[in-house]
Amino acid sequence: MEKYVGKAASSGVAIGKIIEIKKDDHQVRRIHIGDIDKEKSRFANALEIATKELEDLYEKAITKVGEANAAIFEVHKMMLEDMDYIDSINNIIETSEVNAEYAIATTSDNFSSIFANMDDDYMKERAADIKDISNRLISILGGNSDKKDLFTEPGIIVADDLAPSETVTLDKEKVLGFVTRKGSTNSHTAILSRTMNIPAVVSVDIPYDIDGKTMIVNGVSGEIFLEPTDEIIDEQKKLIEKEEENRKLLEEYKGKKAVTKDGKEIMVFANIGGLSDIGAVLQNDGNGIGLFRSEFLYLQEEDFPTEEAQFLIYKQVAEIMGSKKVIIRTLDIGADKQIGYFNLDKEENPAMGLRAIRICLTREEIFRTQLRALLRASVFGNISIMIPMITSVWEVKKVKEILEEVKVELSKEEIAYKDVEFGIMIETPAAVMVADELANEVDFFSIGSNDLTQYTLAIDRQNPKLDMFYDTHHPAILKMIKMVVDAAHSHDIWAGICGELGADLELTKEFIEMGVDELSVVPNMILKVKREVINS
Amino acid sequence: MKEFAYTITDKLGIHARPAGLLTKLGKQLESKVFIKKGDKEAEITRIMSVMSLAVKQGEEVIVRVEGDKAEDFEVVKAFFQENL
Repeated sequence: MEKYVGKAASSGVAIGKIIEIKKDDHQVRRIHIGDIDKEKSRFANALEIATKELEDLYEKAITKVGEANAAIFEVHKMMLEDMDYIDSINNIIETSEVNAEYAIATTSDNFSSIFANMDDDYMKERAADIKDISNRLISILGGNSDKKDLFTEPGIIVADDLAPSETVTLDKEKVLGFVTRKGSTNSHTAILSRTMNIPAVVSVDIPYDIDGKTMIVNGVSGEIFLEPTDEIIDEQKKLIEKEEENRKLLEEYKGKKAVTKDGKEIMVFANIGGLSDIGAVLQNDGNGIGLFRSEFLYLQEEDFPTEEAQFLIYKQVAEIMGSKKVIIRTLDIGADKQIGYFNLDKEENPAMGLRAIRICLTREEIFRTQLRALLRASVFGNISIMIPMITSVWEVKKVKEILEEVKVELSKEEIAYKDVEFGIMIETPAAVMVADELANEVDFFSIGSNDLTQYTLAIDRQNPKLDMFYDTHHPAILKMIKMVVDAAHSHDIWAGICGELGADLELTKEFIEMGVDELSVVPNMILKVKREVINS
Repeated sequence: MKEFAYTITDKLGIHARPAGLLTKLGKQLESKVFIKKGDKEAEITRIMSVMSLAVKQGEEVIVRVEGDKAEDFEVVKAFFQENL
């Protein structure tokens, strides 16, 4: 047994088999094959599919990037049809009696090393072409190229780091825990695993090539046990039971209103990242959704989601939640959440770059599509629209102008919509300082404590080395929250917190004293926050 | 069997794209066509072996056409002059 300690990123304990994810790794295993002819025809089939895929890609690429640039796919197709390549694979299957995947991987290594060893930079790069076509074949043989289909049994995902899009495309039902070698407790994998109620440990120095081994992840202590002894398994299982007990205790608070001893009711809402999180919101008795991160609609797609696709999702959330508030935050990408098809420039300092509302106001067509979808869905429930990354009053005025134009458009087309509650995120120090003026323009404020902390303390929340400086309880932040709440109340609007700080039980009492009206937290924290409110 | 010598003028040499075109051409011809650089030789329908010759600009190759169809030789020669 080996023990490693990392940073606890999402509470809970899990035991399971490791599913190791490597970049561009198709996890080829050598398997002895009895029926050679069957294996050869498996390969022949995959070859046919791959050829067809490349033909389609070529056709698509011609219209998108022109014939000269598309030619690479035609060349890939020819490489696939190369007799030396095909013969080599068939030979290996036959003489070594192995699976097609293994024969392809071996051939790929042999051929690409010929190119990789050339003293010509152009030819060196061709090694990548061979790997590319080989990976395509191996993916097809595996049934699918998507990582989510890499595993059929539930397990613990181990990776260097996961991009937000990777984390969201994984099948939640099959993920018992997350362990990443890099990343901080504020990285997206960490935040997402908290949302998904899955134990996670980040920034842990574990070895490679541990796929299939048994692991225990303790998301409370940050401990990782690789191939644990029976003794440790028993000990950790007790912890799992304890967690269960804790959960049961919390069930007590289910159905109870979050009212303080002084008689003030606090809205305890949920933060969600997609339809699949709604189950957890209902299960944990959320009074509403305080933050629906709409960017996940964009992260999951290969191209801009259409108005209709967005409308259907928003409508569904609104319908499920009924009369309960559903606050949908408009697109917040850029910074650490990048999407290829947006074609954003690489930035020196993305956290301070073209992101969120800044993208929406420079590329209005994207924004208008989303607003149309939101307004159309509004008649099916109680939707509020919330705008991220506001720094100035003019931005809010501009957004309202666009919103009005979209409404006029819809009216002209005789499409129904409701007048929705309109609010903004307060997540920049600038917005805090002009909160008074901003409060004139909107129906509510929601404090995004993660970004507000990062911008106020000038600390990159993705950098694990800065964790010791990243003081979430910094008096500057607490003072700012007080300022925002006061500004809101003096204009008769409400103010809440939807960042990670909202779920910080050590601060719940203080927030209530400040007059915070709403706390929006990850679903598995709803009942804990409620208990804290009731006892405050 | 007929041969001709040819010096590559394309600045990338016989890179992926012309190698692809060569393969296409080879599949249309009745004759078999070989390219020889130094002591290495490749049949043009085999794209990987053509590319692994790593023929660069300014290098000379010997092109050999084997077959009964006389026109093939001219077609191949014209192809090299046009594309490489």
